[in-house]
Amino acid sequence: MKTTLVKSMRIAALIAVTFATSHVSAADKVIAIDGSSTVYPITEAMAEEFQKIQKVKVTVGESGTGGGFKKFCRGETDISDASRPIAQKEMDACKEAGIQYIELPIAYDALTVVVNSKNDWVKSLSVDELKSIWKPGSTVKSWKQVNSTYPDKALGLFGPGTASGTFDYFTEAVNGKAKASRTDYTPSEDDNVLVQGVSGNVGGMAYFGYAYYEANKDKLRAIPIIAKDGAPAVMPSAAAVKDGTYQPLSRPLFIYVNATAAAFKPEVKAFVNFYLDNAPKLVTEVGYVELPTEDYVAVKAHYKSMKPGTGFGGKNEVGIKIKDLINRIK
Amino acid sequence: MAVQTTQTQASVLNNLDAVRAMIRRHKRNDILFAAVGLIALMIGLLTLLTLFIQLVSDGYPRFNLQFFSDFPSRRPGSAGILTAWVGSLLVMLVTFFTAVPVGVGAGVYLEEYAPKNLFSDLIEINVSNLAGVPSIIYGLLALGLFVYGLGLGQSILTAGLTLGLLILPVVIVSTREAIRGIPVAIREAAYAVGATKWQVVSDHIVKYSQGGILTGIIIGMSRAIGETAPIITIGALTFIAFLPPSPISDVAPYLNFEWLSSGFTVLPIQMFNWLSRPDHAFHINAAATGAIIIVVTLLMNGTAIYLRYKIRKNIKW
Repeated sequence: MKTTLVKSMRIAALIAVTFATSHVSAADKVIAIDGSSTVYPITEAMAEEFQKIQKVKVTVGESGTGGGFKKFCRGETDISDASRPIAQKEMDACKEAGIQYIELPIAYDALTVVVNSKNDWVKSLSVDELKSIWKPGSTVKSWKQVNSTYPDKALGLFGPGTASGTFDYFTEAVNGKAKASRTDYTPSEDDNVLVQGVSGNVGGMAYFGYAYYEANKDKLRAIPIIAKDGAPAVMPSAAAVKDGTYQPLSRPLFIYVNATAAAFKPEVKAFVNFYLDNAPKLVTEVGYVELPTEDYVAVKAHYKSMKPGTGFGGKNEVGIKIKDLINRIK
Repeated sequence: MAVQTTQTQASVLNNLDAVRAMIRRHKRNDILFAAVGLIALMIGLLTLLTLFIQLVSDGYPRFNLQFFSDFPSRRPGSAGILTAWVGSLLVMLVTFFTAVPVGVGAGVYLEEYAPKNLFSDLIEINVSNLAGVPSIIYGLLALGLFVYGLGLGQSILTAGLTLGLLILPVVIVSTREAIRGIPVAIREAAYAVGATKWQVVSDHIVKYSQGGILTGIIIGMSRAIGETAPIITIGALTFIAFLPPSPISDVAPYLNFEWLSSGFTVLPIQMFNWLSRPDHAFHINAAATGAIIIVVTLLMNGTAIYLRYKIRKNIKW
């Protein structure tokens, strides 16, 4: 009995040693990235192209912005994808772990409000109308309640789940407070489910990233948005996002780079430079909107200066200009 | 007495019509039950078949060698499942080498050695309960225990151990069922000719229950290969365009275990990722991957049935 115990302990020790040594020898150059599923396609494209020219291993996870920051602030990842700025709690967690980060806006996304393609009565929606539909405790059940000229069709609401960065941004932009929303809608973390929902419901309505609308133009109709009284109705498009007229639903997307990794890991430094250089081309390819050229110049300069910190102070802001944001960190 | 019998016979003759009616009724019930049973069976089978046919017809354009040999990509046309199937294979390897010794050992112990008392009853209830625990719970356990507690990270080893735990109850229960299926006479005969307990267990019990044990293992493994939730919880990667270090090396000792600590992705996660993409071309890839997972599962279950048949045929008591 005793001998078997000793034997099994010896085997366990052997296994432990094997692992210990394998960890050391596995010190390949690896760049670990995790975070937002919205930013994921962009980072995936970057990682794919970067690995073609450099012998570096890049891994990209999809834990969501919040999940990504959790790992990032534990020092497990070098870069975190984010569809919203870092929140106060996450700033505290990073600070506690002694992790500094460089905040880099890399692209825009246009949150798109869509209805069923058979819906021919809605020509445009103002932010106030959107608010009347989506605000917490809203009792709007029919299109007629949104506007008396609309038919009395039941409103079928679909939207992203509460853990989503899209949900945070939309509620902030429309209802004035992040995460404040009516709760009697059909939520799904999978945007394709929202597409299915609206395309199967004549009175349906949903909001999600532009890429999902673009892939389903045959089933859905995007609604032009009126930012405020007197403003024109603006259809979501790359041009409208870039010139700043699609408000308030165009949002910047970010990557957060671990400042220590950027300074001491040449492969991370090279990857981020590659990221910013190739953003205009690859961002559009995967269905997002690139920043204006001068903004990329500013972001690159900001990265070169290695100035850590966030320009948001833990709160999201709607309609902020990239240049102003970078100037704040300076 | 005689009078009574004649009376009974008479009443039977009188009631012959009633008896015939009863037989007819029962025959009708038989047919009815068979029909209901067949419908119930078909609901399950046809659903699977429809699903499978749909996956195959959707994913059809992607069934070629390239799909298996390509890394994932942002371009759906050139994206493949190389990292996913290699990851699944390596994870299954770890799962096999953890779940089998532990599961079969525990099964044999519980059936042959464990004293029958309150404690072993408690263990028995727990094992059966574990079989019904949702898989995400195993993922959470693994996240706390393997990933952070033991510092194994988001590695192939962690995933393999997690799935090993997940299928452990299946292996234990099927091991015990297989052992219980051995006639008592065999056991008693072995003891009668003077075999020790160890000889009985190693030469007879384990040997004759091989078929059942193997079936349990393969069914457990085919469940593990399709699991997504626990693997996502422990943080499998979604984009990984390189393979883990090879388990076989060209220098002594010809084996290396570096791959155990490598990051990975598996087939169901790759499928899940493609399914959540806006581009419909990715959904074709997802369908193809789904069809492949189903084929692999069917093959594994088929092997289980075949092995059971083959081993049972070879056992001559």
